Amino acid sequence: MKQGSMFRKKTVPLLTMISPVTAWLILLIALPLLYMLVISFCGTDDSHNIVFRFTLKNYAKLFDPTILSIYSNSLIIALLTTVICILVAYPFAYIMASTTPFRKTLMMIFLMLPFWTNSVIRLYSWRTLLGVNGYINILLMKIGLIEAPIEMLFTRGAVVLGMVYTLLPFMVLPLLTVIDKLDGGLIEASGDLGAKPAQTFLHVTLPLTAPGIFAGSIMVFIPCLGYFFVSNLMGGGTSQLIGNVISRQFKEAFNWPYGAALAIMLILITLLIVKIYTKTGGSIDDLGVM
Amino acid sequence: MRRRRKNAIKKHTSRVFSALVYLFLYAPIAVVILFSFNTSKRNVLFEGFTLDWYAKMAGNTALLESFKNTLLVAGISTAIATVIGTITAIAMFRYKFRGKSIIDLLLYIPVVIPEIVLGIALLSVFSLVNVPLGLGSMIVAHVTFQIPFIVFTVRARLSGFDRSIEDAAMDLGANRIKVLTGITIPIIAPGIVSGAVLAFTLSIDDIIISFFTTGAKSTTFPLKIMELVRSGVSPDVYALSTIIILATFVIVLISQITVYRANKKSVKL
Repeated sequence: MKQGSMFRKKTVPLLTMISPVTAWLILLIALPLLYMLVISFCGTDDSHNIVFRFTLKNYAKLFDPTILSIYSNSLIIALLTTVICILVAYPFAYIMASTTPFRKTLMMIFLMLPFWTNSVIRLYSWRTLLGVNGYINILLMKIGLIEAPIEMLFTRGAVVLGMVYTLLPFMVLPLLTVIDKLDGGLIEASGDLGAKPAQTFLHVTLPLTAPGIFAGSIMVFIPCLGYFFVSNLMGGGTSQLIGNVISRQFKEAFNWPYGAALAIMLILITLLIVKIYTKTGGSIDDLGVM
Repeated sequence: MRRRRKNAIKKHTSRVFSALVYLFLYAPIAVVILFSFNTSKRNVLFEGFTLDWYAKMAGNTALLESFKNTLLVAGISTAIATVIGTITAIAMFRYKFRGKSIIDLLLYIPVVIPEIVLGIALLSVFSLVNVPLGLGSMIVAHVTFQIPFIVFTVRARLSGFDRSIEDAAMDLGANRIKVLTGITIPIIAPGIVSGAVLAFTLSIDDIIISFFTTGAKSTTFPLKIMELVRSGVSPDVYALSTIIILATFVIVLISQITVYRANKKSVKL
């Protein structure tokens, strides 16, 4: 009797509420990822169809020198982007945290505003600015920094610029959260005890805000590895990312098993980074949700 | 005296630094707006003022069609994801059950892994079960990456929710549906709305997942631009973008001002 009422009171509403999401997550996240793992061990026939026979050749191909150089290029771009984002976002978040509430709201709105609009067109218009005959070259020549126009587009630097431009707020937001929580008393105490501002920053402020730096770095570093469209737009194919190779396997070369193996590697890299992050005390809840 | 001067320098550097960051963020937007009025077709230098591109844009059916698709996909997928996500967040807040941690884990996957992985995994499965690629498959894909964001935003709002209100309503004779629609949902409504807005913007701006899950015939605005990059983006695309940018700015500013005023009022109370 009691069990019956318990069933009606808890199990029925729970099942009705939880089954749509369970079905959705299993069918459209778990199974697709498992299927990708499966085909990464398969081959293809002459007309690009997947042949379900076990092979390791897709994984062997990952150690190709050209692929390894793309991996290292991808990691360098992600690393440079992350470092630049920290250097720009840290002081910016600090300024935001120390201004009046009204100004802070205003700064936040104008930080997020560009990100509510199409990122492809915003990236594309960088090409106008950076072009050989573009305004940045004209400006640099006017102030005498360069004598002849320089090619800035279609370089690794341009790709990094595009990444920083696309991902900067993901660094500012977690940093702002930790800097907001900083106890001003601690910083004052450090100063009163004779520490120079630089020492206070290094030994008090920096350790206390480190969780924000880590969370922001993950939110910048991981997307960098896959954002092939930034490389297409800013690098014009000169600076390849892991994402570019994967996308080519699926849309041009039609070697899906090889593309799947590349994606599995990307997942492993991601898991490794997230593992290091949680091991050093980072919370997974601080990632991704703005 | 020295301290005051030091503070003034500090204030000044902060202002210059912030101004430079905003210049970096807004320069490309200024270019989009400026060059939508440019007489030259090549987006290199501004040569003269014209409104021709706006007229051209109004006649560019392929471009307008792609924008209509973007809105359609974002609207439908956000609606579905908001319903599923909100129900999920409430259930996970109310009940302890076996498998809860697995749902949690699956929800984190699309947030943490690079989008491209989810994109190709969905493409592989769609082709395995012969799902035709188009707006439908793209909507399903968008719902998949939107659900976690809705669940997390609604859950954050629920964490401050006092469950005794629900119990009180039940004791007073309200049934379960009535408690949900009359009490729980109105209280968590701000969380639902901000989750839905976030999901909508993610969908509108999505390139990677859409790139893999749509067919050749149904393209979205961001994908259309990517496609045009090879042959050169003509300023009519800038004209449409300018209208979208200005509309977004007005909507965001109005909603933010409303939120700011509402918060200020509630603080005073």
